Amino acid sequence: MAAMRSVKLSGVCSQAVRQMTGMNACRLLQQRSFRVHGVRRQQTFDPTDKPQFPGASAEFIDRLEFIQPNVISGIPIYRVMDRQGQIINPSEDPQLSKETVRNFYQKMTLLNTMDRILYESQRQGRISFYMTNYGEEGTHIGSAAALEPSDLVFGQYREAGVLLYRGFPLDSFMAQCYANADDLGKGRQMPVHYGSKDLHFVTISSPLATQIPQAAGSAYALKRENLNRAVICYFGEGAASEGDAHAGFNFSATLECPLIFFCRNNGYAISTPTNEQYRGDGIAARGPGYGMMSIRVDGNDVFAVYNATKEARRRAVAENQPFLIEAMTYRIGHHSTSDDSSAYRSVDEVNYWDKQDHPISRLRHYMTERGWWGEDDERSWRKESRKMVMEAFEKAEKRHKPRPDLLFTDVYKEMTPNLTKQRDSMWKHVKQYKEHYPLEAYEK
Amino acid sequence: MAASARFLFRGANSKLYISSVKSGSYNQLRVTLLTSCNSHVKSQRRHAAHFTFQPDPVTTQYGPTQKMNLFQSVTSALDNTLAADPTAVIFGEDVAFGGVFRCTVGLRDKYGKDRVFNTPLCEQGIVGFGIGAAVAGATAIAEIQFADYIYPAFDQIVNEAAKYRYRSGDLFDCGRLTIRAPWGCVGHGSLYHSQSPEAFFAHCPGIKVVVPRSPVQAKGLLLSCIADENPCIFFEPKILYRAAVEQVPVEHYTVPLSQAEILQEGSDVTLVAWGTQIHVMREVAQMAQEKLGVSCELIDLQTILPWDTETICKSVVKTGRLLISHEAPITGGFAAEISSTVQEECFLNLEAPIARVCGYDTPFPHIFEPFYIPDKWKCFEAIKKMINF
Repeated sequence: MAAMRSVKLSGVCSQAVRQMTGMNACRLLQQRSFRVHGVRRQQTFDPTDKPQFPGASAEFIDRLEFIQPNVISGIPIYRVMDRQGQIINPSEDPQLSKETVRNFYQKMTLLNTMDRILYESQRQGRISFYMTNYGEEGTHIGSAAALEPSDLVFGQYREAGVLLYRGFPLDSFMAQCYANADDLGKGRQMPVHYGSKDLHFVTISSPLATQIPQAAGSAYALKRENLNRAVICYFGEGAASEGDAHAGFNFSATLECPLIFFCRNNGYAISTPTNEQYRGDGIAARGPGYGMMSIRVDGNDVFAVYNATKEARRRAVAENQPFLIEAMTYRIGHHSTSDDSSAYRSVDEVNYWDKQDHPISRLRHYMTERGWWGEDDERSWRKESRKMVMEAFEKAEKRHKPRPDLLFTDVYKEMTPNLTKQRDSMWKHVKQYKEHYPLEAYEK
Repeated sequence: MAASARFLFRGANSKLYISSVKSGSYNQLRVTLLTSCNSHVKSQRRHAAHFTFQPDPVTTQYGPTQKMNLFQSVTSALDNTLAADPTAVIFGEDVAFGGVFRCTVGLRDKYGKDRVFNTPLCEQGIVGFGIGAAVAGATAIAEIQFADYIYPAFDQIVNEAAKYRYRSGDLFDCGRLTIRAPWGCVGHGSLYHSQSPEAFFAHCPGIKVVVPRSPVQAKGLLLSCIADENPCIFFEPKILYRAAVEQVPVEHYTVPLSQAEILQEGSDVTLVAWGTQIHVMREVAQMAQEKLGVSCELIDLQTILPWDTETICKSVVKTGRLLISHEAPITGGFAAEISSTVQEECFLNLEAPIARVCGYDTPFPHIFEPFYIPDKWKCFEAIKKMINF
C-alpha cells in the first residue's frame, strides 16, 4: 500500500503535463496514464507540486481537515434603515424621490387592504381559496421597483405585490380569484395563480420550484436576443429544497444566464420551520457553492431589497451571470386559507413581527420623519384604497363565470378531433340534464 | 443517474459504429462483434436481430435525397432547423461533441456553442430549462439521453409543459419545445436502456408523443414536432439509429402529426404498431400471407398522442380483426387505449377479440430479452388464433 500511495508522475512527465493545458481533460488523462512508467518513490510532501485534477482548482494540503459550515455566524443581513425608519449608513441611501417612496408605501398598503378583503371573502365562502402576503410586502415592492418593466418575472404564489407594482388592475386580481368571465386565465386555475403577458409576469402554477429551471431557460433565451432584459425568479425557502432549485441554480451558473434568484425566507413552509428544512446557513450560503454571487438582505427593509435587486439586475445583464438574493422576513399570516398557523407557532411570535418589525410600518416611519406622510394622508389613503378594492370586489362577484366551452380550449393550440367530440358530448349531456348543472352562473 | 450506465453503453456503441453504417444489417453487425471477441465465443453469442429493416420506396417529391441512417436523418432535421430558425437551440447531456448516438455531430461547429451546448447532468433541469426557453420565444430542442431517464423530468413534462397554455388562458405557452429521446429495445440494454415509456405520457393531455419507424419518417416527423405549436416528445428507436438506412430528402419537409400511415393494404386483419415493431409486423404480414393465406393491413400509428382514431377504425371496419403490438408492457400500455376505442367504435364489425401482443408485465430484462420481446412468432401465433376464432 505504501508503494501505491507514493506513486507519482516523474518530474519530467508532470512538467510535460503542465505544458499541455490547452488539451481537453479526457486526452490529458490518457496521456498521463500512458506515461506513468517513470514511477519513483517519494517520502515527503512537495509544496511545489500542483494538483492537476480537471474538477477543481485548488492546492494540496498535507493535514486531514474537514470544512466546517458556518451556521452560528452566518452571511450578514444587509440593511439600509433600522426599525424606526432611520437610514443607518447615508452612503447606502438610494435617495428615492418623495413620489417614488409614497408610491412604494401606497402599493404595499393597497396589497395589504386587498389581502384583508379577499381573506375575509374566503372565510365567508365567497371565493374558494386565498393566500395573503402579510409581512412580505416589502420584498415584492422593493424588488419590483428595481427591475425594468420588460424584465420577465417567474413567481411562486406569494408575490402579488410585484404584479400590483407593475400596474395589474384590481379588477384583474379579483377576476382571477373569482374565476369569472374577465379572468385572463379563463377561470381554470385556483385563486392567486395570477399571470399577465403584458406585464411580463409568467402565470403562477402550484407545483413548487418548477419555475426555477424555467427561469434559467428564459434568461438564456433573452441573453441570446441581446435586448438587455433580465429574468427574476421568486421562491420560498421551502421550495428551495426541491430538486428543481438545484437544477435551476446549477444551469444558470454553467450556462451564464442573466437571472436574479429571489428567495423569500419567511421561516416556514406551511408548518415546517427552517430547522427542519435545512441545516446550512439558509439559502444564501448555497449560492457560492454553485459559483453564484449571493447576498442576504433584510426583507422588511424595502430600501435594502431595492438596492440589492438594483445592483444584481445591473450586473446580471452586464456580465451574464446569475445572482442570488435571500430576503429574510417573517410570514405573518397563515400559510393559506386552508391553514391555521396557531397549530404550530405561538401568537407572541407572530405579534412580534406584526407590531415590532413590519415592512409597512418601517417605511411609514421613514416617510413621517421627512414629513412626506401624515395622519391625514394615512386616513384618506386607507379610505380610498378600501373603496377601490371594494368596488373591484363587488364588480367581480356580480360577473358571470366563463363559458363552459373554455374547459376544452387551449389544451393544445388547436382543438383536436378527440376534444371536439368530448365537448359536443358534454353539451348534449348537459342539455339533457340541465337542471343538475349550474348553467345560470356561466356565460352563454 | 444516467452517468454510470451511459458510460457502459457508449463503449458498446463505439463498436457498433465501425460496422453498421456500411452493412445496415443487424445480423451482420452481430457477426462483426463476435469475431472481434476471441474468447468465450459461444457464451457471448447474442440472439439474432428480431427484425429486418426494409427501406420505403425512394420518394423524390421533396427534392434531392441522400443515403442516411436514422441518426443521420435526425442530424439533417436539426441542421435544417438551426439554419432556418435563428432562435433554435439544442441542448442536453453530451450533445456538444455530437451526442452519444452521434445525432448532433458537426452542429456545434456549424452553428456555434451558444446554440448547441451541453447542460449539467440533470433531466428535470433540461426539460425545465427547455420550457423556459420556449416561453421566452426560442425554439428549444432538448435531448434526454435515454427515454429510460426521462422520469426525473416527468413533473416538468406533465405538470408544466403539458399544462402551460391551458392554465394561463393562452397567455403563455411552451409550444416551441421538442424533447428528443432514444427509445425502445436494443438487444442488450436491460432495464434502463430499453424502455418504451410512451403510455405514461399518453395519459397526459397537452403534449404530443411521436415515434418514427425509419430515417425518412424520423426527419419529417421531427421537423413537424419542432414546427408544431405544442410541446412534443419525439422518441427515436435507437436500434434503428445505424441499422436503418434509406434515401432521405436533404431539404426541409414534414410528415403530418396525428396521422397514421397505411403501409400495406389488406382485407383480413389490421395490424397496428409503431417504431421498430413496424418492421416486425411487416414480416408477420408476409408470413401470414405465405403460411396462412391471410391478407394483412399494416398501419404505422406514428403519433401516439393525439392519435389517429379514424384511420385505425376505418381499417378495422373493413377487416373485422385487429392486432396491436408494442414492446412496452401490456398492462396500461397504449394498445389498451386503441383496443377499447376500436371496440367502442367498431363493435358490429369485429369478428374476433382484439389481440394485444406486447412486452410482459416485468421490467425489461438483460439476458432474457429474446423471450421478452413481442417478436414475429408471437404476433404470427396471435393472427392464427384470431383467424380461427
